[in-house]
Amino acid sequence: MNFTQIKNRAIAEWEAQRKSDKPHILVGSATCGRAAGAGPVLEAIKATLAQHNLEATITQVGCIGLCYAEPLVDIVKPGRPRISYGNVTPEIIPQLIEDYLIHDNPRADLALGTLGEGDIEGIPKLFELPMLKPQVRIALRNCGIIDPENINQYIANGGYSGLERALSLSPEAVIEEIKKSGLRGRGGAGFPTGLKWEFCRKSPGTIKYIICNADEGDPGAFMDRSLLEGDPHAVLEGMLIGAYAIGATEGYIYVRAEYPLAIQRLKLALQQMAEYGLLGDNILGSNLSLHLKIKEGAGAFVCGEETAMMASIEGKRGMPRSRPPFPAQSGLWGKPTNINNVETWANVSAIMQRGADWYSSYGSEKSKGTKTFALAGKINRTGLIEVPMGISLEKIVYDIGGGIPGGKRFKAVQTGGPSGGCLPASQLNLPVDYESLTAAGSIMGSGGMVVMDEDTCIVDVARYFLSFTQAESCGKCVPCRLGTKQMLDMLENICRGQGKPEDIDLLLELSQRVKAGSLCALGGTAPNPVLTTIRYFREEYEAHIKEKRCPALACTELISYYILPDKCQGCGICLRDCPAEAIAGGKRMVHVIDQDKCIKCGTCLDVCPERFGAVVKVSGEEIEVPKEPVPVAAAKPNTQA
Amino acid sequence: MSEKGISTLGREGLILRLKEAQSKFGYVPQEVMAELAQSLEIPINEVYGVASFYSFLSTRPLGRNVIRICRSLPCYLKGAQTVIEAVEKELGIKPGETTPDGRFSFQLANCIGLCDQAPAMLINQDAHVELTPEKITQILRMYK
Ligand SMILES: Cc1cc2nc3c(=O)[nH]c(=O)nc-3n(C[C@H](O)[C@H](O)[C@H](O)COP(=O)(O)O)c2cc1C
Ligand code: FES
Repeated sequence: MNFTQIKNRAIAEWEAQRKSDKPHILVGSATCGRAAGAGPVLEAIKATLAQHNLEATITQVGCIGLCYAEPLVDIVKPGRPRISYGNVTPEIIPQLIEDYLIHDNPRADLALGTLGEGDIEGIPKLFELPMLKPQVRIALRNCGIIDPENINQYIANGGYSGLERALSLSPEAVIEEIKKSGLRGRGGAGFPTGLKWEFCRKSPGTIKYIICNADEGDPGAFMDRSLLEGDPHAVLEGMLIGAYAIGATEGYIYVRAEYPLAIQRLKLALQQMAEYGLLGDNILGSNLSLHLKIKEGAGAFVCGEETAMMASIEGKRGMPRSRPPFPAQSGLWGKPTNINNVETWANVSAIMQRGADWYSSYGSEKSKGTKTFALAGKINRTGLIEVPMGISLEKIVYDIGGGIPGGKRFKAVQTGGPSGGCLPASQLNLPVDYESLTAAGSIMGSGGMVVMDEDTCIVDVARYFLSFTQAESCGKCVPCRLGTKQMLDMLENICRGQGKPEDIDLLLELSQRVKAGSLCALGGTAPNPVLTTIRYFREEYEAHIKEKRCPALACTELISYYILPDKCQGCGICLRDCPAEAIAGGKRMVHVIDQDKCIKCGTCLDVCPERFGAVVKVSGEEIEVPKEPVPVAAAKPNTQA
Repeated sequence: MSEKGISTLGREGLILRLKEAQSKFGYVPQEVMAELAQSLEIPINEVYGVASFYSFLSTRPLGRNVIRICRSLPCYLKGAQTVIEAVEKELGIKPGETTPDGRFSFQLANCIGLCDQAPAMLINQDAHVELTPEKITQILRMYK
């Protein structure tokens, strides 16, 4: 079969599915869905169908990004739009299936929205909902829509037509097209992709390599996992196009070991490609030959750095080396090598499928196209999103993410993981593009976006990131190995209330040195979380240092718990539950916390009945309370005993 | 391919072979490292250097089940610390340790990509999410 025949068959199959007179049930089965319980839901669906003797096609799809509403189940009845149901449980399935498939009640009360043509009364269109409306899906175009384990569904939706188009052009023309699209690397640094390819193409050598960076190690980032689980062929097609443009014949996909499902889906995808002549020698009868291998990581954050990754692929310790020479000149085994991020590759296939002009119509002047982000932390709708570049942080946090839970106040949003920074409310109108985020002291990064509320201590967050980079520093260069350690020590002291007035300036100075002197970007960007938090939240550092006060009431060693004598009713619940036996009291006695014994676990505050509200948490102040338990009445002369 | 030479090709597989040993024995025994060094014609300290660099490889025996609780920021913000304490209490061991009966090893890990349903952990290859101290007892019971 040639590719045209393969394509025609795939389209026929897809159309037959769409026009089928059987209902179609789709279950979100990416890691997020599975973890939320998609497995038992799937079993319940099968059991219910069998029980009612109903026939339906069941497909497992990737993540559509509404992770907060997992498990997701979609039902398509013939001739009707697809309905998405969120937070589905195995218990609700029998009723849902019976109601909709048998009694034709679409259960609008359980539905999130509809997809596709047509309306169903009482159910909004999914992509008209506030969390989806501002989104544009390019990299994630098929995630949650097609079966990632079925290459035909990818092909039926335009898949591999980008490769066909590339093969009809010269490699140089393909590079031009990518340049024209304005695509920049999505792995963090934002280097123009076409330019990078051109360097590698022009590098002398007969053997060249391409690598897909799927090491995704930034805390709070799961975009690449979802993409690989939901649409592996979008990434692999991008790699074929890149190999053709660069002249590479060998390639690696380096996936972190923490992503078993992504690895499994990639393996299957490679097999299917080989069967269709999309891998190996003379791909689709052209002069393009590419052999792809999957390399599993073994748990080391620094392996996401390109030179460390190449060392790891060679079977060595994943230690970065200094550049130049750049990978494009001398990479894997000393050969010219081009490395791109998962999302970059998925954009490449979209660009070749639909054209550079279409792609660059999205985004801002210097940042074209879209960017995926993983929303996590203190935000109502966690999940995976894809937005046009230039959208404001505010739109992401409030419109898409639904704001902060529990009526709390927004404090900061962290982008760029350990290489990025914390941006305060005053920066919420910032457009999300490479230049603006960098100017604000953070970076675009790979797409982790962690939202923090008023209960988060900003110094503690800086301390957390430094402890991360410090632990992940490979130890090869001194500024990174020892500089981050010194910075971490200082931050720990500040959180403990042992900071010195000169510490802030010292941190700033040390930051500059670590940035300037480190071998790779791990050390080179490690101070960013410290620099941005000092820039935007300096008064919070000062409160810790000068007043020994943690304004967020988060740093254990700077907080105290007190029982208010005028509120305590002597019920004894806190005394019973205190794990440190730090509370003294008795029946109808005002209880007292022994501040020396208290371990600041907060149990007393949690268990004190709401109607009393007698326990308070404070920082930087002492509250006048009795030293010993006294009768409740004695403390509250106005109420009857 | 020939440009790479035979030895680099074999060298390339070192991490994979160490991982195979890891899943077969629960750790990378010294004898395996010695064998690999010999067959690849590289010094054993180089093999050890690789084995000790990666957190998914262990040069000491691990328990039958490996718990990896995420300690990254999003999980931390959602109360990972209380989950860590619950596991410590339930198993009587601290992160980095193995129970005396060899049933569990307990480690802290960097983000495992389940931040949307934080706090999260992996036990072997299974993901467990939206953890609470209460859920821990129940989950641990599933692993023998
Ligand atoms: C410490 C460190 C970790 C990194 N981790 C990743 C990662 O997990 N994924 C990624 O794509 N790039 C990561 N990078 C960036 C890569 O070095 C490289 O720039 C990127 O893969 C290039 O692809 P792009 O041009 O498509 O962005 C990391 C860099 C550093 C310094
Ligand atoms: S932060 Fe815990 S899984 Fe990502």
